[in-house]
Amino acid sequence: MDAILLQLLNGLDKGSAYALIALGLTLIFGTLGVVNFAHGALFMIGAFCAVTLQRLLSLSYTVIDPEKKDFLGNPLEIKIPYVEKWFGEAAGQTIIDWSVPLAVLFAIPIMLFIGFAMERGLIKHFYKRPHADQILVTFGLAIVLQEIVKYFFGANPIPTPAPEAFRGSFDFGVLLGFDPNVIIYPYWRMIYFAFAMVIIGAVFAFLQFTTFGMVVRAGMADRETVGLLGIDIDKRFTLMFGLAAAVAGLAGVMYTPINSPNYHMGMDFLVLSFVVVVVGGMGSLPGAVLAGFLLGILESFASMNQIKSILPGIDQIIIYLVAIIILLTRPRGLMGRRGVMEE
Amino acid sequence: MSKTDLTRRGVLKTGTIAGAGLAVPTIFTAQSARAFTNEPTGDTVTLGFNVPQTGPYADEGADELRAFELAVEHLNGGGDGGMMSTFSSKTLDGTGIMGKKVEYVTGDTQTKSDAARASAKSMIEKDGAIMISGGSSSGVAVAVQGLCQEAGVIFMAGLTHSNDTTGKDKKANGFRHFFNAYMSAAALAPVLKNLYGDDRAAYHLTADYTWGWTQQESIQAATEAIGWQTINNVLTPLAATDFSSYIAPVLNSGADVLVLNHYGGNMVNSLTNAVEFGLRDKSVNNKNFEIVVPLYSELMARGAGNNIAGIPGSQNWDWKLPDEGTKAFVKSFGEKYGFPPSQAAHTCYAQTLLYADAVNRAQSFDPCAVGEALEGFEFDGLGNGPTLYRAEDHQCFKDVVVVRGKENPENEFDLVEIVEVTPRAQVEYEPDHPMFAGGALGSCNPGA
Repeated sequence: MDAILLQLLNGLDKGSAYALIALGLTLIFGTLGVVNFAHGALFMIGAFCAVTLQRLLSLSYTVIDPEKKDFLGNPLEIKIPYVEKWFGEAAGQTIIDWSVPLAVLFAIPIMLFIGFAMERGLIKHFYKRPHADQILVTFGLAIVLQEIVKYFFGANPIPTPAPEAFRGSFDFGVLLGFDPNVIIYPYWRMIYFAFAMVIIGAVFAFLQFTTFGMVVRAGMADRETVGLLGIDIDKRFTLMFGLAAAVAGLAGVMYTPINSPNYHMGMDFLVLSFVVVVVGGMGSLPGAVLAGFLLGILESFASMNQIKSILPGIDQIIIYLVAIIILLTRPRGLMGRRGVMEE
Repeated sequence: MSKTDLTRRGVLKTGTIAGAGLAVPTIFTAQSARAFTNEPTGDTVTLGFNVPQTGPYADEGADELRAFELAVEHLNGGGDGGMMSTFSSKTLDGTGIMGKKVEYVTGDTQTKSDAARASAKSMIEKDGAIMISGGSSSGVAVAVQGLCQEAGVIFMAGLTHSNDTTGKDKKANGFRHFFNAYMSAAALAPVLKNLYGDDRAAYHLTADYTWGWTQQESIQAATEAIGWQTINNVLTPLAATDFSSYIAPVLNSGADVLVLNHYGGNMVNSLTNAVEFGLRDKSVNNKNFEIVVPLYSELMARGAGNNIAGIPGSQNWDWKLPDEGTKAFVKSFGEKYGFPPSQAAHTCYAQTLLYADAVNRAQSFDPCAVGEALEGFEFDGLGNGPTLYRAEDHQCFKDVVVVRGKENPENEFDLVEIVEVTPRAQVEYEPDHPMFAGGALGSCNPGA
């Protein structure tokens, strides 16, 4: 029972990342009709916003310590961050320590700008082109973005830890009446799940309860009619692209303490996220979220030793297996709309 | 008058037999007279450096390339000569290899066997490379070694740690300076016994490919020999990025040690996940829970950050070793690039020098002559103390470095501390050891 509960928590956690990326993908597909293969790269860029802020906050000046030697036997150069000089050692270290939560604020304008630039600079030229062209151009863009990040940050993962206060794990089992140390779960993963829920809730509330969101939903249903009403739907859709980029970027920022960012992390998530979108139903926002959590949980359970001993290798194929079964029984996915990708 | 019966067919037949007959003695007496693949005829000789320039091991590849460039510079008389001055063999004098200036071409393995074979093939066929070196994956090494055997050139393996490279997949044209999984385990087990005692229960997570399998088999055997129990071994996909669902079952398995048979990004992520789930703060069976990473690299340690603190593992070489060869190499590399070399850089530099020296000693670029010069060759001065290139399987035997993640690093390069330098005798094994059984070295192939 405890093992199942632990894997359930894990699944919710994996599902959070899948759901956030799939939510952004569906926003773009639902509003603009564009299949955005560069969406994983946006997730990766978000993660590197956290790395960049961590580096900016750690910018240092050097002091020579003649007592100590560097690897060549020369006097050691010690780097002291400017924030420590300006705010004092303790406060400076705290600021650097909190670089990931601070990066959430740092990433929002950057991701919005990248989203707008991508849509206006490239994607808008492909609205009327076949989906295959859109896939090719966005996939190419993903590779370009990936290579740029690799050029500036290198190929190795870059540790970007959570603040000291949120490292370590929480005895979740005690809350549920289990013995101590039976179900312990990392603080940051719980924060990531809560963060995902807040973002998902905010996006739905925005679309559901604001006039802007109402117009966008109307545009998603019938773009031409909304345009005939004199509403500049294109401008709204550009904003939606920026919003989708920001959702992916924030998912990336908050993911960095879970796994150190590297330049190909977007590609690692991209294929899975597309499976999530297809299983949820192309164009369906609730479908994307539901499928994200469902597949995250299934993947987590499939990697349990008890299940792997019966079905070896199931952890590697479970998502695709479930996708095949769902698409055979419900060709539009779990919550797919009629007419989407069916012409 | 004697009658001659000359026919076209008869002349051809006689000529062929006579030609073959005349050629036979030269095969055994004058190797230089025999043609072989990419025999250098001008003033230069071309080496092929096949490293991952893209993909998850690109940083290791970049460091390997730096080392190759430094080796070529030194062979051609540039720079300070690096380890050429400390190398026990004295045939290298800065005039290239056998008086020919050294040139090189590079290829990108992408850490994929098929891409690595394709780039090595291109370097051999189009660029005329006479020796191929590099790589940072055992899958790649085994594939490229096979290709070099078929093509008739020497393969001086870079970073490859699977037992299979000089075990079941060994080849006469292939030579490995890097250590292997068996040697890691043999060096590590006694240190683990000292650190954590002989009554431990280990849980293994293993990368699901040739290196992971032989690494796990080796460390399981070595730790069981010191009294440890193996609770479970779970294979993890190479493409996995989040290992949390594999880490979670460890918590309640009864294990008090987690062995991560992972490398590169896999190790960085699995270790981060394990620390994040509080494994290092746990107490199981009245003992502190411990994590072991059998194969370390400083580049990986940098990726894992603080999580690596206190965790033991093994390395082929470390830039902090006190021998003269290491000092000379670190000085040379550090002054040129501004940071100390990785173990991948060291092994690639050493392999290039070893190849050049073998050609000089053999006085021939013929791969069979070079192979003969390397087989059973004993040397010193390239780090790790006295070293033997064993003839039976082309595996180098030298001291192994057992390290531990440093608790309080003084600078960004000071990531691991040397716990012990395990003497070569302790990590040696018979060529027919079961973990290396199967396959055959075969005979050298000179190619064309």
